[in-house]
Amino acid sequence: MAKTIEEINEKIKEGKAVVFTAEEIIDVAKEKGVNKAAQEVDVVTTGTFGIMCSSGAYFNIGHSKPRIKLGGGRVYFNDVLVYTGLGAVDLFLGANALPDDDPRNRVHPGEFNYGGGHVIEELVAGKDIRLVATAYGTDCYPRKRLETWINIRDLNQATLFNIRNAYQNYNVAVNLSDKTIYTYMGILKPRLGNADFSSAGQLSPLFNDPYYKTIGIGTRIFLGGGIGFIAWQGTQHNPDVPRTDKGLPKTGAATLATIGDLKQMSPRWLVGTSMLGYGCSLTVGVGVPIPILSEEILEYTTVTDADILAPVVDYSEAYPQMKPDIIAEVSYAELKSGKIRVKGKDVPTASLSSYPRAVEIATILKDWIKSGKFTLTEPVEPLPGVESGVTIRPLDERPIEY
Amino acid sequence: MAVTKRIVLRFPRRLVERPIIYRLVKDYDLEFNILKASITPEEEGLLVLELKGDQKEYDKGINFLVKAGVKIQSLSQDVTRNEERCTNCGACVTICPTGAFRVDPKTRVVFFDNTKCIACGLCITACPPRAMEVHF
Repeated sequence: MAKTIEEINEKIKEGKAVVFTAEEIIDVAKEKGVNKAAQEVDVVTTGTFGIMCSSGAYFNIGHSKPRIKLGGGRVYFNDVLVYTGLGAVDLFLGANALPDDDPRNRVHPGEFNYGGGHVIEELVAGKDIRLVATAYGTDCYPRKRLETWINIRDLNQATLFNIRNAYQNYNVAVNLSDKTIYTYMGILKPRLGNADFSSAGQLSPLFNDPYYKTIGIGTRIFLGGGIGFIAWQGTQHNPDVPRTDKGLPKTGAATLATIGDLKQMSPRWLVGTSMLGYGCSLTVGVGVPIPILSEEILEYTTVTDADILAPVVDYSEAYPQMKPDIIAEVSYAELKSGKIRVKGKDVPTASLSSYPRAVEIATILKDWIKSGKFTLTEPVEPLPGVESGVTIRPLDERPIEY
Repeated sequence: MAVTKRIVLRFPRRLVERPIIYRLVKDYDLEFNILKASITPEEEGLLVLELKGDQKEYDKGINFLVKAGVKIQSLSQDVTRNEERCTNCGACVTICPTGAFRVDPKTRVVFFDNTKCIACGLCITACPPRAMEVHF
């Protein structure tokens, strides 16, 4: 029955492709059986909408008259610091960047109401952004100061480039200490007061292709409401972790680096985010199509929340101190029931990623494919797999002696 | 008929030192629960109350407050959700002390029931996209 991506693309162009979301395919496969479903279904769409800190965007703002060399200078977008270690008018803005005068955690917990993620959201929304820059001046780039409004429509390039998105599984965060803590996993109440998780579970891209048999470098995806691509493995990519019988990683594993034209994206799918006491970030929508090339690949897409396990980790001690301790393993079905059982206690759960938005992304991607406007790509290279030797190492600190 | 209502009272400076709430108990037999109280730098008082009692007496009590010069607003107008900004993530659900947020078990859409809200403000900064707004 093996199909090829080329054959599936022919059907997409004819408007005849059979497409389901990763949520819908569960019942489809139950009803028809895996064998028949694999023959009939061409594509399964996935989606996730979560806080993805290693997100950012690069820009070429065009040359001013006279010219200014921003590279090596200092540049702010709406008071948020932009990275300038690049060519004359190329800039990079990271989602976690903050204004110099943000009080941070000086009064704990800091609110972090505005940062790089919020600037990206406003740019995408078409709002004017205030650029303030100073430079050192050269013979060929004499200007030393620049203050101007900029707008995304006028920039030569505005490219979203996220170096770590769509984590394949994630920790469930709890707090075993006696005081409230403020983390990137939300506010954690003392003595197991709550448990926060962050994954779309059965809809999440990499849970539906756990060994990266179809998702690879060059895969065309839904990114921030527009069309993007998988550029590379994401940072901290770590495929060789303990897995369930169905091959699902039981801890954080693979990650994706994604890229796409910011100009065609939407603020609905790139939302500036504030984590109390932690910092600013960007909530990103990512959707990946999975071509059903074989029965095996279809079987992977029928994953359910009950199949997927996540580690419960204490963010008051184990996480900050880099201790490997896992308190418990729970399934996403349990997490979504509203409470989990940890150390003999019922702990109420909350999600940081949005499942309704993940469903919406998978549905939009399905509609794009069904209408013929989005075709599938053959990966240029696979992502490093379990056998690749790619792994995540802690920092080996070597004291500098004077 | 018994009623329970949550209201926001604003006291002008001249009333801050008068025992207004005492009169509600004494004259109108209303039970009260103070949810929040503060005095601004202009010495205006803000009081968020839950009042419980007979409907007729409650109406009379409110009438007394209005005549005394207290501005009254129903609490549910004070904390609102910006539906445009809310992403339905659900981070608020375990933060709210009164369970005003509920997740639909199937769709995982988050509902906000402002009749349960006591305007404590915990959700305001706990919400990652900052979709919860307080309008005192």
